[in-house]
Amino acid sequence: MLGRRQKREKWILLAPALAVLALITLIPLANTLWLSFTDTRISALPEPVHFIGLENYVYALTDPDFQEALFRTLYFTIVSVGLEGVLGVAVAVLLNQEFRGRTLLRALIILPWAVPTIVNAVAWRLIYHPDYGALNSLLFQLGIISDYRSWIGDPATAMNMVILADVWKNFPLVAYVALAALQTVPEDLSKAAAIEGAGPWKRFCSITLPWIAGPLMVVMVLRTIEAFRVFDIIYVMTGGGPADSTKTASFYVYQEYFNYLRSGSGASYAVLVAGISAVLIVFYYSVTKRQTAGGAA
Amino acid sequence: MNTFGKMILGSAFATLAMTTTALADTTLNALFMSQAAYSEDDIKSMTAKFEEANPGITVALEFVPYEALHDKIIAAAGAGDDGYDVVLFDVIWPAEFATRGFLQDVTGRIPADYTDKVFDGAWTTVEYDGKRYGMPWILDTKYLFYNTDMLEEAGISAPPKTWAELAEQAKQIKDKGIVEFPLVWSWSQSEAMICDFTTLTAANDGTFFEEGQPAFTAGGAKDAVAFMKATLDEGLTNPSSREYFEEDVRRVFSNGEAAFALNWTYMNALANDPKESKVAGKVKVAPAPGVEGKSTASSVNGSMGLGIPANSPHADEAWAYISFLTQKDVQDDFAKLSLPIWKASYSEPKVVEGQEDLIAAAKESIAVMYPRPLVPSYTEVSDILQKNIHQVLLGQASVDEALEAAASRVKRIR
Repeated sequence: MLGRRQKREKWILLAPALAVLALITLIPLANTLWLSFTDTRISALPEPVHFIGLENYVYALTDPDFQEALFRTLYFTIVSVGLEGVLGVAVAVLLNQEFRGRTLLRALIILPWAVPTIVNAVAWRLIYHPDYGALNSLLFQLGIISDYRSWIGDPATAMNMVILADVWKNFPLVAYVALAALQTVPEDLSKAAAIEGAGPWKRFCSITLPWIAGPLMVVMVLRTIEAFRVFDIIYVMTGGGPADSTKTASFYVYQEYFNYLRSGSGASYAVLVAGISAVLIVFYYSVTKRQTAGGAA
Repeated sequence: MNTFGKMILGSAFATLAMTTTALADTTLNALFMSQAAYSEDDIKSMTAKFEEANPGITVALEFVPYEALHDKIIAAAGAGDDGYDVVLFDVIWPAEFATRGFLQDVTGRIPADYTDKVFDGAWTTVEYDGKRYGMPWILDTKYLFYNTDMLEEAGISAPPKTWAELAEQAKQIKDKGIVEFPLVWSWSQSEAMICDFTTLTAANDGTFFEEGQPAFTAGGAKDAVAFMKATLDEGLTNPSSREYFEEDVRRVFSNGEAAFALNWTYMNALANDPKESKVAGKVKVAPAPGVEGKSTASSVNGSMGLGIPANSPHADEAWAYISFLTQKDVQDDFAKLSLPIWKASYSEPKVVEGQEDLIAAAKESIAVMYPRPLVPSYTEVSDILQKNIHQVLLGQASVDEALEAAASRVKRIR
């Protein structure tokens, strides 16, 4: 138990950190919330600001384009993070094996993640280029396609192509976290299970996966939050096109703010995107809790 | 310390000394684009000349893609003294910038006799509500470029005068197997596509708004979209056009992969430059065609101006720089990638020589330059049109459906 004095000391020691936290998150958050209930516009002239209640939210949520964008964002998030999870764990398991050149490969695998998003996006845009892109050239020479085609200019493929670029960039993060967790899996557990007659797949599912579930969840939550507010990679690769087929929810925040100069309305879109991310986090949190509880039992 | 080390140290001190003296004078922050019109090199040489003539003023140049220009200007408006002093802005923004107070009113700074000496289309670029918010600088429109070899090979003696004729000629060229897709355009979901759409709308005598209400669902604007779609359906237009910007158009055309292309002035010099183009010397330029009974040529006002942001603390120096860049002599010296705003320039030998066909086309095109909607919510109107027209081009919606959808969305603008 902490004594009275110790309690006070605790708060004094925490104060600087709390002050910084308030300054960089709470105040902007409160400001954004307030903005979202007003008709504020970006202007160099003094303009009256009115409190308009939920009008911005009603406008956003009744916009069929924005509704579509929300589903599109959800699709991006689920497919992108899902693939990153599967690929990340698979690569981690591979890198956890003993083989020649493992250290080199471990170092190489982090490279995509070290590439800045914008650079990655520009590089993939070139790879997908309809006339001189490497993807067309590769598939053509392998005889898989008979004609060069448009990848990010075709609404049927554009979103999946962007997802591929995003997965390539971000799976190393998942792989690294999974690899770190894998190294803590006690070998005797696996050996004991093997003696009991459990095959490799069974051993992976009932021993390895539950053991690394905690850290894996953390990185998946992080990736989910990032993926749901995806903007930069799409802005550079497709600008939201063709015909809005890659326009995600964050585009509306940007568009309302900087293109249409409606900061009040833009704030409401930002709050909506953040709110949905929060729902996803709570969902993950409850899953993780159940997992941990199950693991302990 | 070795000699090399001394050299480095020496130059470091020299740089330091230079920075210190520069700080005592005025540094102007200027924002330009690196896309079409004047090249970065052009702007750097003009600026060097200005700095030479105006000791005490240094100009820090920043180049961004066109797509980032609008947002940069807005974002810097809140930067106080650290924002820009000179910005390049597009013909479609003055309405918005003026109503929000982002640009300084410079009406009083412009000499009265300039009004008659500069083309009206250029003035449209900087005017809103009877005031001027900058000085026009780039007088540009989309021209029709054609590959003379390909036309000759197809037995075509003269470039098309109408869009229907253009489609016919393209079909002949395609049928003879000279090139797979004779037409190339900048039809990505972007402002570039709206410029082509506006050119075609102007040719078909269409309008965007009538009495504040969307009027693009019928008439010339509808015909324009229908024409765009038809050239895709008939295999005349390169299908990749739907993800091209101006630079892609230039590259495809310069590679000899298209017979016709619609693009800005700057392509004339570059497509005829052997270092940049495989078809140098085989490229001619004409005004964009018209439509029989409606127009003889068509043209979009794609001009740009230079203005002073409201928060610039160096308005006088900024104006000196703008006056320098926009003066006739300077524009005449750099008339290859962008044409001057001054009427008299078009008979100057140094402007005309070597690009006689461009100047002839310009005289015709500038006279019929058609503006995009001059409304404060233009950016949003354009975004809506871009999405819906793109859906037509991709075969996701019919012309009627798409334009009706765009109109009802435009009515929802707040």
